Amino acid sequence: MENDQDKILNDVTSGEYKFGFVTDIESDSIPAGLNEDVIRLISSKKKEPEWLLEFRLKSYRHWLTMKMPTWANLRIPEINYKDIIFYSAPKQKIAPSSLSDVDPELIRTFDKLGIPLEEQKHLTGVAVDAVMDSISVKTTFRETLAEMGIIFCSFSEAVKEHPSLVQKYLASVVPYTDNFFATLNSAVFSDGSFCYIPKGVRCPMELSTYFRINASNTGQFERTLLIADEEAYVSYLEGCTAPMRDENQLHAAVVEIVAECGAEVKYSTVQNWYPGDKDGKGGILNFVTKRGICKGDDSKISWTQVETGSAITWKYPSCILRGNNSTGEFYSVAVTNNHQQADTGTKMIHIGKNTKSTILSKGISAGFGQNSYRGLVKVLSKAEGARNFSQCDSLLLGDKCGAHTFPYIEVDNPSAIVEHEATTSRIGEDQIFYCNQRGISTEDAIGLIVNGYAREVINKLPMEFAVEAQKLLQISLEGSVG
Amino acid sequence: MKDNFLLQIKELKASIDNKEILKGLNLEVGYGEIHAIMGPNGSGKSTLANVLTGRDIATVTHGSVTFEGHNLLEMSPEERAREGIFLSFQYPIEIPGVSMVNFMKTAVNEQRKYHGLEPLSASDFLKLMREKKELVEIDSALTNRSVNEGFSGGEKKKNEIFQMAMLEPRLALLDETDSGLDIDALRIVANGVNKIRRPDTSVIVITHYQRLLDHIIPDFVHVMYDGRIVKSAGPELALELEERGYDWIRKEADVSEESWTTDQK
Ligand SMILES: Nc1ncnc2c1ncn2[C@@H]1O[C@H](COP(=O)(O)OP(=O)(O)O)[C@@H](O)[C@H]1O
Ligand SMILES: [Mg+2]
Repeated sequence: MENDQDKILNDVTSGEYKFGFVTDIESDSIPAGLNEDVIRLISSKKKEPEWLLEFRLKSYRHWLTMKMPTWANLRIPEINYKDIIFYSAPKQKIAPSSLSDVDPELIRTFDKLGIPLEEQKHLTGVAVDAVMDSISVKTTFRETLAEMGIIFCSFSEAVKEHPSLVQKYLASVVPYTDNFFATLNSAVFSDGSFCYIPKGVRCPMELSTYFRINASNTGQFERTLLIADEEAYVSYLEGCTAPMRDENQLHAAVVEIVAECGAEVKYSTVQNWYPGDKDGKGGILNFVTKRGICKGDDSKISWTQVETGSAITWKYPSCILRGNNSTGEFYSVAVTNNHQQADTGTKMIHIGKNTKSTILSKGISAGFGQNSYRGLVKVLSKAEGARNFSQCDSLLLGDKCGAHTFPYIEVDNPSAIVEHEATTSRIGEDQIFYCNQRGISTEDAIGLIVNGYAREVINKLPMEFAVEAQKLLQISLEGSVG
Repeated sequence: MKDNFLLQIKELKASIDNKEILKGLNLEVGYGEIHAIMGPNGSGKSTLANVLTGRDIATVTHGSVTFEGHNLLEMSPEERAREGIFLSFQYPIEIPGVSMVNFMKTAVNEQRKYHGLEPLSASDFLKLMREKKELVEIDSALTNRSVNEGFSGGEKKKNEIFQMAMLEPRLALLDETDSGLDIDALRIVANGVNKIRRPDTSVIVITHYQRLLDHIIPDFVHVMYDGRIVKSAGPELALELEERGYDWIRKEADVSEESWTTDQK
C-alpha cells in the first residue's frame, strides 16, 4: 500500500488533466434544447413505463416555475438550456448483454481511465457500473451479486426489471420539487446506477459507478438510487472524468440513499470532472443533489468525498437522521485551483432520538480558487440527546485564493450538544524548505503536505480509492506554487 | 577529478533585508574532517547553514561556495540535499499528517533516483528504517508518528539524527543540535553522528558548548563573530572558549587588521 502510494506519487510528473481525451465513437443524440417533446423522446428511447414519463413531465412543468438558485458563494456563468443536448448515447447496435457485445472503443476508453470492464482483469472486490454520457455501458460482477440477492444494475434496467422497487423509492429522499437542479434531473435523467441490498446481507465487494462525459454540448444527468434493507451493509464508490472542452458542460445528478433499520451505507466519491483550463475556460458545472435518509433505527450513512475537479461544484451530501440512534457522517476534501470554485458541505437533520452526526471538511485553495464550506446542523424538537461535531479546516496555497465557511446551526431541543470548530492555515515556507532539505522537490513537498492535511478524510476511503485520491490531490495542485 | 576539499567557502557575503550578515567568510572542509563552529548568538551561524542549504532567507552578494569543486550556489535546495548535504535543523519543522515512513521513503527514493538507483522496495525500506533506528537508538514510536508533530524538543533533535542516518550525507551540518538536550539525549545524538560517519563523511558542528565536542571530537574549531570566522585552531580552542567566554575573541577581533580594513571599505 505504502509502496503503491509512493509509486503513484512519483509517477506523476505533469500537471495536466490526464483524462481529457475524447473517444471517437458515434453517438445517438437528440437535438439540443428542452421541451415536453424532448422529454417524451428520452422516455420513449428508453422504453419507459407511463408512470415514469408522468414523473418526468410533472418535474419538467414544475421546473419551468423555478429559478436558478443564487445563494451560493459562486460566480456561475449563464447556462443556456436551449443549447444543451439532453440525451446522448454511444451508439450500440444491440443492448449489451455480455462484454463481447460492448463496442471495443468503449472498452478501450474505460481501460484508459483505469476502469477495465473485463471482470477477470478487474481489481478483486470491486464491481463496476460504467456510465458514458447518458448510458450505462456495462455492469460487472452482476451474476455473483445476484446470487446473494443483491441488485446492482443500471437505472434503466432497474426500471424494467424491478419497477416496484424503483417506484417505491424514486424521489422518496429528494422530491421532484426539491431544487432547481434536482427538478431538472427528475425531468431529463438519462441513466445511472441502481442498487438494492436485501435484508441482512453484507455486500461482499465494493460497488462502483464510473461516470464519463464524452460527447460535446451534452449535459449529464444521472440518477443513482441505493437502498440498504434492514441490517444490510454496502460500500459504494463513484468516480468521474470528462474530456477537456472549451465550453462548460452541465452535470446535474441526483443520488438518493435509503437505509432501513440497522443498515449501513458508505458512499465515497472521487470527483475529477474536467476543471477547466488555467484561465478558467471550460470545465464541468457540477450541480449535484445527494441525500440519504437513515429511515430505520440504528442505521448509518456515511458520505466521503474528494472533490478535485469541475469548474464549479455545488454539492451538499446530506443525512436525514430519522431513525433513533442513527448516525450520519460527512468527510470531505475539496480542492480548488486556478479558477475553480466550490461551494460544498452537508446538512445533518436530526429527527430521531440520540442521533449522532460528524462533519469533517477540509478545503484546499490554490491559484485563484474559491472554496466555501456550507453546512447545516439542524436538531428538531423531538431529537432528544442529539449530538453533532463539526470540524472545518481550510488550507490556503498562495494569496489570491479564498476560503469561506458558512455554518448554520438550528437547535430546537435543549439536550442537543453541537460543537463546531474551524481553522485556517497556510502551507509554510519552512515546511516546504524542510522537505527540500531532505531532497524532496517543492511539488512533491506540497503533495505530501496536502495529503497529510487531508489524511483523516482519505483514510475513510476504500483502499483503491485512497490511492487514486492521493494521486489526484497531488496532480490537481501542480503548478500552484513557484 | 576529486577536489582537495569537500567544501570550500571563499569570501562569502550574504544579506538579509539588505543588512549584511555574513561579511566575507572563508572556510575549507576536507574529506572526513570534523569542524566545529562556535560563536555568540547572532554571529551568523544559522545564516551560514541556510546559505549552504539554499534557503532563500539570505541573499548571497559576494564570494563562492564549491562542493566537490561544483558551484553549490547554483544548485536548488533539493539538489544540494541529494548531493549529500544534510542539515540538522536548529528548530525542526512539524508536518502534520505526514507519516515519518512516507516522508523518509520519499526522501530516500528521491536521493536514489538522483543517483540513478532504483527505488527501494517497501520491505527493503522498512528494513533500512529498522537498522537505522537501532543505530541511533531512536524510539520506534517516534517513526510511527507524523513528522515532528507533537515531539518534544529532544525528540525532534533525535529525529534529525535518525533522518541523517537514513540519508547518509557526505556533509552533515548540525545547527545547535545539542541545545536543550539532557545528557542522555546528548550521548545518543553524539553516538549517532559518530556511528554514521564514513571515512569521507565530513561534519560541521555548530554549537555553543564544549560538551558535545567531548563526544564528537573536532579536527578544527572556528570562532565566528559578526559574520566572519575570526579564529581557527585545534580542539583546544573549544576548551579555551568554554573557560574564557567570547569576550576576548571580540576584543581580538575588533582590533584585528581584518576588521579595520573591512570597516574602511
Ligand atoms: N529571518 C530573518 N530575518 C531577519 N533577520 C534575521 C533572520 N534570520 C537571522 N537574522 C539576523 O541575522 C543575524 C544572524 O543570525 P543567525 O544566523 O541566526 O545567528 P546565530 O545562528 O549565530 O545565532 C542576526 O542579527 C539575526 O537577527
Ligand atoms: Mg542559530
